[in-house]
Amino acid sequence: MSVAKTTYNDKVVRQFAVMTVIWGIVGMLVGVIIAAQLVWPELNMGFLHFGRLRPLHTNAVIFAFGGCALFATSYWCVQRTSHARLWGGPLVPFTFWGWQIVILLAAITLPLGITQSKEYAELEWPIDILITLVWVSYAIVFFGTIAKRTVSHIYVANWFFGAFIIAVALLHLVNSAAVPVSLTKSYSVYSGVQDAMIQWWYGHNAVGFFLTAGFLGMMYYFVPKQAGRPVYSYRLSVVHFWALIFTYMWAGPHHLHYTALPDWTQSVGMVFSLILLAPSWGGMINGIMTLSGAWHKLRDDPILKFLITSLSFYGMSTFEGPMMAIKTVNALSHYTDWTVGHVHSGALGWVAMVSIGSLYYLLPKLFGKTEMYSTKLVTTHFWIATIGTVLYIASMWIAGVMQGLMWRAVNTDGTLAYSFVESVKGSYPFWAIRWLGGVLFLSGMLIMAYNMFKTMAGGKIQDIPVFVPAGHHA
Amino acid sequence: MDINDLRSIVTVAGLVCFLAIVWWAYGKGSKKGFDEAANLPFAEHDDRDAVSGTSHPR
Repeated sequence: MSVAKTTYNDKVVRQFAVMTVIWGIVGMLVGVIIAAQLVWPELNMGFLHFGRLRPLHTNAVIFAFGGCALFATSYWCVQRTSHARLWGGPLVPFTFWGWQIVILLAAITLPLGITQSKEYAELEWPIDILITLVWVSYAIVFFGTIAKRTVSHIYVANWFFGAFIIAVALLHLVNSAAVPVSLTKSYSVYSGVQDAMIQWWYGHNAVGFFLTAGFLGMMYYFVPKQAGRPVYSYRLSVVHFWALIFTYMWAGPHHLHYTALPDWTQSVGMVFSLILLAPSWGGMINGIMTLSGAWHKLRDDPILKFLITSLSFYGMSTFEGPMMAIKTVNALSHYTDWTVGHVHSGALGWVAMVSIGSLYYLLPKLFGKTEMYSTKLVTTHFWIATIGTVLYIASMWIAGVMQGLMWRAVNTDGTLAYSFVESVKGSYPFWAIRWLGGVLFLSGMLIMAYNMFKTMAGGKIQDIPVFVPAGHHA
Repeated sequence: MDINDLRSIVTVAGLVCFLAIVWWAYGKGSKKGFDEAANLPFAEHDDRDAVSGTSHPR
């Protein structure tokens, strides 16, 4: 057993970890504001109305909060499981500062209405170029570190992180291809139904690779670490990894059911979405069963509570998703709040909770402490976040199904039974409950920020030497 | 051969490739390597005496 002289690069992990919490609060606050705007329309003031703020919310929570969480955890995991310092020199800080500039530019341009009008790919072409530079640097750093690893295997979490990095690069480059006409305006190189298909090929794979594969990488490192036992089945992790890779790319057309997209393409999208249930549940079972034989740890470890609950929500939303991709179900659910509820069951329940759990594991280690300032507050955060998520998705289910049923109801003479505004009126109480759920989830993040700054205070930051396990040599 | 034959071939090749991965992952030969890989997160400063070496029986 020898200790090499080099140290791990934890500075960049610290930076991304702290910014995850900050951007989480910002993004979720904007979410709470737009939820309030739906309940109290007078809150739509000037150009800061729902239409401008909604893309700001989605970009902030997905790319700022989720993105920073993925950078932090992947940089930590790849160093610890490769037993090597991050490779790439100045590229490492560039990924941090570059990404923060992207986020700031998004926060400025989106409220001003500067947008490519592609959902989750709104940012205009100069920002797209900066994203590309940051992302290529990220790939070089990540794969460079794997290349110089001092162990023979590449741990499965790094496969997921790696797939996430490669797929997002591909999606971003293809979907954002545009012809610029000025610094702030460009037009997509695609048109018509091809544009729609490419957009939702991008959109669904952003879910599949950004919001799934990346966070599964997180799960495959932090669940075993916190549970203190290796993953339930490594074989299953390999098989469900490749199953996800082979199927996710085809599921996008379910966003375009009953549109101008050819019928066979819609059916392909539906079938592949149904197949996706298997690998998704493979991952969920693998994560949850890692605790088998140690279930008692769940009773008093709030970090494990976060991680295991996140997997339960992952299982739930990956059952709901394939179901909603069935054309006949989609005929009811599409364009309703059911979709919004489904997204948040994944975003709050899975993505945010697995990130929060992983961060609570990381933060004390990053700031030279043995545990968080207050474990009690972590438990409080867990319950507030869980109740908030349940309120959010339950209210959206009810509102969504109600809207779908009202929109399709016809009188005996074939005329519509309800006007659109009647469904809006009926949705009000549920939008209020959704707002309350969001307020709870945001409050949890504020508790986390307090706990984080208290944990950071007076902590000694030490460079930790790279650990070379016995029997392995570079 | 038109482009659709090529598309069919790629689809079938994808399936065969996936089945080969399943066969490989559940084969006897991969067990030892997988056990080593599964314990990678535990070869660290904080768990020299921890669980490394243990694995689930599957």
